[in-house]
Amino acid sequence: MCATCGCSDHADPRVTSPGAQHGSDHDHGHSHEHGDDHHHDVGAPPHVHARPASRIVQIEQDVLAKNDRLAAHNRGWLDGRGIRAWNLMSSPGAGKTTLLERTIRDLGAELAMSVIEGDQATLRDAERIRATGCPVVQINTGSGCHLDAAMLAEGLRQLDPPMHSILMIENVGNLVCPALFDLGEHTRAVIMSVTEGEDKPLKYPHMFRASEVMVLSKVDLLPHLDFDVAQCLAHARRVNPRLEILALSATRGDGLEDWYDLLRRGRQPAAV
Amino acid sequence: MHELAITESIVSNVVERVGGRRVTRVVLEIGKLSGVVPDAVRFCFDLCAEGTELAGARLDIVQRAGRARCRACGRECECDDLLALCRCGSADLDVREGQELRVREVEVV
Repeated sequence: MCATCGCSDHADPRVTSPGAQHGSDHDHGHSHEHGDDHHHDVGAPPHVHARPASRIVQIEQDVLAKNDRLAAHNRGWLDGRGIRAWNLMSSPGAGKTTLLERTIRDLGAELAMSVIEGDQATLRDAERIRATGCPVVQINTGSGCHLDAAMLAEGLRQLDPPMHSILMIENVGNLVCPALFDLGEHTRAVIMSVTEGEDKPLKYPHMFRASEVMVLSKVDLLPHLDFDVAQCLAHARRVNPRLEILALSATRGDGLEDWYDLLRRGRQPAAV
Repeated sequence: MHELAITESIVSNVVERVGGRRVTRVVLEIGKLSGVVPDAVRFCFDLCAEGTELAGARLDIVQRAGRARCRACGRECECDDLLALCRCGSADLDVREGQELRVREVEVV
């Protein structure tokens, strides 16, 4: 344990409200304990170590059971408050934060929203959201490549989103790992931009299969690209025939009404 | 990579169950459609096990094949990747097996 601040040697994810004071960084050295060496003195009589009896312990446990239990707890907590949570996932740079900024600016008066940002480092995305006036906290995973249910639970504790609102969780930019970790969200949306190639869904099938919604972003760039939208949609449906697909531009405004309708539709009343 | 978090979970799950006893072998089931790469788990295992009851344990990984039911025609088929198609041509497959990620058993002394 770090004698300076009392936290553990493992670099735990950090949850921060942008604008809050930061504690100074503490350097945490890691010491590794080595297992006992077994020494034999030269000249000692030969001896045999009786092999301790080994036995099988049946475990039969899903590795992600703990995460899934916590995710279910998060989901129940959100349901109890009538909060509809979205898990937004994409490659880094697909336009998640920009879409959120635009959504908050256009819909903020109509729909109560709050945001949980996930990144390895910095508060930059949370600060962008904060500038829109929307409540937000930032989770920094350190070296972690995805958010998990425990991180969301801590984020929810700090953010305390209002009842009957929409919670947008912007996951760490990564098209692989987040697909495996249930956070407790209601809807998973994968965002890919028109600069990423039509075959993206085929190359990352786990992510596209795990999502209910797909957003094709940055369509304002199409005149500068050789991107075949129909082909991309066909590939996406090949991987997941049940995907609800939208194409939009958060900067120019194409397709945003359909996205907003989806958010409006997704709102749910509090559980009685 | 997510296999690091997953391997850490494997180690902590086992440590919770073995009550301080030393573990000599861990048997994992990893489905071929789980999105988890066995080699990556192996890569992380020794690192995650170091300093715990699992240090030095042998890691056996059983890979479970994928099975899915076609939502279009009802036929069941084996599939080892997520881009499989049913014989009827549909891609609308309800995956039933092959997404497992579980610790089956361990051997302790």
